[in-house]
Amino acid sequence: MAAITSVGETPIAAPAGRPRGMQAGRRRRLNTFRYVVFTLFGAFFLIPLLAMLRFSLEGAKLGTWSLSAWRQIASYQGSGIPPLLSSIEITLELAVITCAVMLVLLVPTMIWVQLRVRWLTRTIEVLCLLPLTIPAIVLVVGLGEIYNRIQRFSLSALMLFWIYVILALPYAYRALAAGLGGIDVKTLSEAARSLGASWFTVIVRVIAPNMRQGILNAVLLTFSLVLGEFTIAYLLLYTNLQVELYSISRNTPNAGVLFSTSFAALLFAFALLMILSYAGRGRRRSRG
Amino acid sequence: MAVAAAVDEVPLVTSSPVTRVRDRAARDAVEVRLEGLSRHYGSVVALDRLDLTLEPGQLIALLGPSGCGKTTTLRLLAGLEDADAGRVIVGGRDITRMPANKRDMGMVFQAYSLFPHMTVRQNVAFGLRLRRVGAAERDQRAIEMLELVGLAEHATRYPHQLSGGQQQRVALARALAIEPQVLLLDEPLSALDAKVRAQLRDEIRRIQLEVGITTLFVTHDQEEALAIADRVGVMRDGHLEQLAPPTEVYSRPATSFVAEFVGLTNRLAGEVRDGSVIVRGCTLPLVERDTPDGQVVALVRPEAVTMASDGAPESGPLVGTVIAVTFLGATSRVTVDLGDARILAQFSTADAAALTAGSRVALTIRPDPVLVSASSDPAVSVAGEEA
Repeated sequence: MAAITSVGETPIAAPAGRPRGMQAGRRRRLNTFRYVVFTLFGAFFLIPLLAMLRFSLEGAKLGTWSLSAWRQIASYQGSGIPPLLSSIEITLELAVITCAVMLVLLVPTMIWVQLRVRWLTRTIEVLCLLPLTIPAIVLVVGLGEIYNRIQRFSLSALMLFWIYVILALPYAYRALAAGLGGIDVKTLSEAARSLGASWFTVIVRVIAPNMRQGILNAVLLTFSLVLGEFTIAYLLLYTNLQVELYSISRNTPNAGVLFSTSFAALLFAFALLMILSYAGRGRRRSRG
Repeated sequence: MAVAAAVDEVPLVTSSPVTRVRDRAARDAVEVRLEGLSRHYGSVVALDRLDLTLEPGQLIALLGPSGCGKTTTLRLLAGLEDADAGRVIVGGRDITRMPANKRDMGMVFQAYSLFPHMTVRQNVAFGLRLRRVGAAERDQRAIEMLELVGLAEHATRYPHQLSGGQQQRVALARALAIEPQVLLLDEPLSALDAKVRAQLRDEIRRIQLEVGITTLFVTHDQEEALAIADRVGVMRDGHLEQLAPPTEVYSRPATSFVAEFVGLTNRLAGEVRDGSVIVRGCTLPLVERDTPDGQVVALVRPEAVTMASDGAPESGPLVGTVIAVTFLGATSRVTVDLGDARILAQFSTADAAALTAGSRVALTIRPDPVLVSASSDPAVSVAGEEA
């Protein structure tokens, strides 16, 4: 009887079915919203890129296609500016040096602060995030005097790495802080110390390898920042890739090489992002 | 004698990793002395002129409530913190100012401390690598240590592929691999579930006995401390209340704090008269015979409370109503309401079988020496935790 009674009570279950229907409708609406948003944002990002690619492949005559703009990347030289290839080299070198200096400066400092002077964490964070709030022009005015003196020694654009390290600090700090926050720094370092490790060994062999993803992210952000930096190099009269591209756009009727180089730089940054992401994931997989 | 015979037989198994580890450690078993060790955190006194000696090859467990200074003691010995005053002497050598990485001590932490980016074997070999031991010997010794803790087949795994108990065993192997002078265990079992904890506790003791290394074990778990230590040090407010073998700490606590902290204790009102204390009609000998006459609180263990042989009279100072019977396996714990107080008794399960909630029972107290507390307020009739 009890079973029959419970079967007879099925209408009571009807309200339970309604939320399911509501959930399905809501899910459909949410999915539609997602597709619309992704399509809009995708178009927003992709259309300029496709346009750039389209222009870089424009032939001499309207409506024709050519790879000449891409071939010129290696040999192009505008009037009164260095060869394009040397600007690319300088920018890549700058990116590598900036990444290296940033890591050498920031990783041990952050680990040390975490281990020995935790009360300084907030101060270090504020200091590192400060460049975000300072406009590039203010930085240039502040550092201009120093760079004027440096220029007397005819040093190359590589000297820009000092200022790029400062610019990269906020992004690198956040990435490294996230990496550091994921590990028990105190216990790991104490375990390593009790096994006979010096502080240098603790940082290099124990802590740094465990914040690998954070380090990779910091490197990626720093690299991207240096590849795309224009304002400071331009105002301090150095020529990096972006300044060179700007000069080409102003001085040459051949816009194709401008687009091909810009697109190549974007591809490079994208490839780098993929490599670094893959490297991080590969590590996790190998451990899993 | 049986133990001695067994130990004598071990050298016959010359290829055993245990034997090799034990032989090496036995050579190096050292005495550890902490002399007048003090440590303050601002105005808080974590350690107050602590004196403690660990005999060579002995395992001492430091036991006490949170903030009593037991972990601080271990960290000062490890060199992970600096003492404000006092000396740390290991093997006759003053190492008070020596940095942690020079102290030659193996340590197992409460938190999982294996290096996540290294395999189990690499973790165990890490200390050897720092000591520039050759790759082949390093690997061999790492495997020996893993065999010692029964995890040789997990050598190529990463820490996140191991259970908590396995990780702590690897941590133990890593600590022993460097053949330290002293082994320090900082609540290594507290993150594990009860069953694994009991297994690993026994394993730690087995390995410690086999290796023969001087060991300091910090825990807040009385059962752990009493089960594996040669001597148990009960700490309170930065100083040692008692340092004695487990049986003595339990049966002859030096202070009322120890009596109340270790095991369960009934606090019963009593009167000291002529070197004895009279508790609810029972005359009990005193641990401290020079206690002055007067009203006191007697600290009586549940197992000292037994059923009266003359049945259950209508009334009397130790006649009451059973409130609860808790089955503990071979024994059962019975809570009895005496009207003006409650008392805990521990009977064999067979004896307790006839008791149910609501039944009347007459009790008596076995005349074991008891400690008394000067406090005249036995408001809390039962103190301490399960031992």
